[in-house]
Amino acid sequence: MSNALLKVTDLKKAYGAIQAVGGVSFEVMPGEIFGVIGPNGSGKTTMFNSVLGQIRPDAGAIELNGKNITGLSPLALSRRGVGRTFQTLQVFGKMTVRDNLIVAAQEHKGSMFGRMFAPGDSGLGDKADALIDQFRIRHVADKPAGTLSYGQQKLVDIAMAFMAEPDLVLLDEPCAGVNPSLVGGISTLLKDLNRNPKFGNKASFVVIEHNMDFVMDLCHRIMVMVEGRVLAIGTPAEIRGNKQVLDAYLGN
Amino acid sequence: MNTLLNHKWATALTVLAALLVLVAPQFMKNYGIYLLSYWLVFIIATMGLNLTIGYAGQKSLGHAAFFGIGAYTVAILMKAGVSFWLGLPAAAFICFVVGLILGFPALRVQAIYLAFATLGFNTAIWLVMRNEEWLTGGTFGINNIARPSLFGYSLEGNLPYYYFVLAVALVMAGLLWGLLRSPWGKAFKALRDNPIRAESLGVDIRNYTLLSFAIGAAYAGVAGALFASLVQFIEPAPFTVAASIMMYLMVVVGGAGYFLGPIIGAAVGVVLPEWLRDVPYVSNWYLPMFGAAVVLLMVWLPDGLLSIPDRLREKRDARAASAARSAAASRIGAAS
Repeated sequence: MSNALLKVTDLKKAYGAIQAVGGVSFEVMPGEIFGVIGPNGSGKTTMFNSVLGQIRPDAGAIELNGKNITGLSPLALSRRGVGRTFQTLQVFGKMTVRDNLIVAAQEHKGSMFGRMFAPGDSGLGDKADALIDQFRIRHVADKPAGTLSYGQQKLVDIAMAFMAEPDLVLLDEPCAGVNPSLVGGISTLLKDLNRNPKFGNKASFVVIEHNMDFVMDLCHRIMVMVEGRVLAIGTPAEIRGNKQVLDAYLGN
Repeated sequence: MNTLLNHKWATALTVLAALLVLVAPQFMKNYGIYLLSYWLVFIIATMGLNLTIGYAGQKSLGHAAFFGIGAYTVAILMKAGVSFWLGLPAAAFICFVVGLILGFPALRVQAIYLAFATLGFNTAIWLVMRNEEWLTGGTFGINNIARPSLFGYSLEGNLPYYYFVLAVALVMAGLLWGLLRSPWGKAFKALRDNPIRAESLGVDIRNYTLLSFAIGAAYAGVAGALFASLVQFIEPAPFTVAASIMMYLMVVVGGAGYFLGPIIGAAVGVVLPEWLRDVPYVSNWYLPMFGAAVVLLMVWLPDGLLSIPDRLREKRDARAASAARSAAASRIGAAS
């Protein structure tokens, strides 16, 4: 038994004749930021959705802290400490930014019946305010999330994934559609969250991203996927120097 | 400053509304009091529907069926000699259970498909009311439904019954207010705004969907029970699909997801047409005019009448922001 936080073994998923993910294996260590890159259609998001219970894989095993979580629902995974963001913006448009953050963690506290009598902010107000300040969205905290600019909504979207203090967060293209100056900001935020002592120095991320500078700067290790398979796994330096990767993906 | 002003306005409005509902009926004729009770009954029913539609985002076109189940429950039980005070909670409970069951289709289908499923449910219930004469009296209905007495004090008169309905409406509003302020309120809104994200954050969308139907249905059940005792005669007509559509419109016109929306919606839906009944020319044309007004409302105010203050505030904020931008721009211009 390894001490991996997330262990994916021989994951497979086909759509009809198309093998979207054809036997992918990797491990994510506690505290690690693990990048996933690959061309469009290489199976990154299908792999993601299989891990996250959004779709059921055809074969393979997924373990979290040594426990089998294959095929668990997104709800069950959330309760087990797996957070995520989506490729597209997913905020609660008519709720205020602060309420977006509070609702992102309230269901992890107490029983459903007990929550009927809990205070409106479930005692999460301070935690929400801390994230609001960290993400520098204080000036829009009381506005409906749907009225914010794209970049601001993206920040809210990411912050929500961290409200419940998950052990593992899967981020699907956190920089998609974000202007270059904010990309650096998101990178800094993720690094800070990764080292946040509140997470016991254990918070791990899996990040899908096309922005190569961002991935190379942020991630400890990177997995390259091509046509549903793993082409290489290694440190950013190793990936940069890998000739196969250069040919298949990065170009030369 | 602005909030202070708003505060004053809110207080003034509250005092005025309290005077209106508490004191005004003393000076009204029987029919006016009856109409006010009618309004309160529909406020309670649409409060429940507002939870289902406005807060939890579940499109239900079957609310009049629950209203009817509540009314028939009380009528049938009272005819069997059961006290109104047992009939009322029984109506709420039965509607809660049936609402829970109706919630299950909502786990599979959404939006317009869900609306159709609930519409089918309403039709089925209505057919039971009309055809099962042994139970419901069929098209002849059930008449001479008594009004209850409370601690030996008869609620038979229109005025005492009005105050009773008012008290129930306030209790129901208080309960809903408490529920919506608790974490449940946020969970319902999260379910409405984005169920997939909500689930990924640990919100049990299955339970909240079912409960949004069940609690909304229980409100309709209470309203139906009060309705049966108010009109003292029930038959299937007020519980048709058309009545469900009307209730939906009341929620939308008042403002879905606004706590006070049902007060406005029910006023427009049931009180206004009664008031206008004796106005020449208007009475015959009320429904077409109402229909046209809803069309215009959906075009210009899709979030209902109570969204007007929010709209004005947004416009003012946008103007202020634009003024600030142009001021900043001219400062930069002056500096360079």
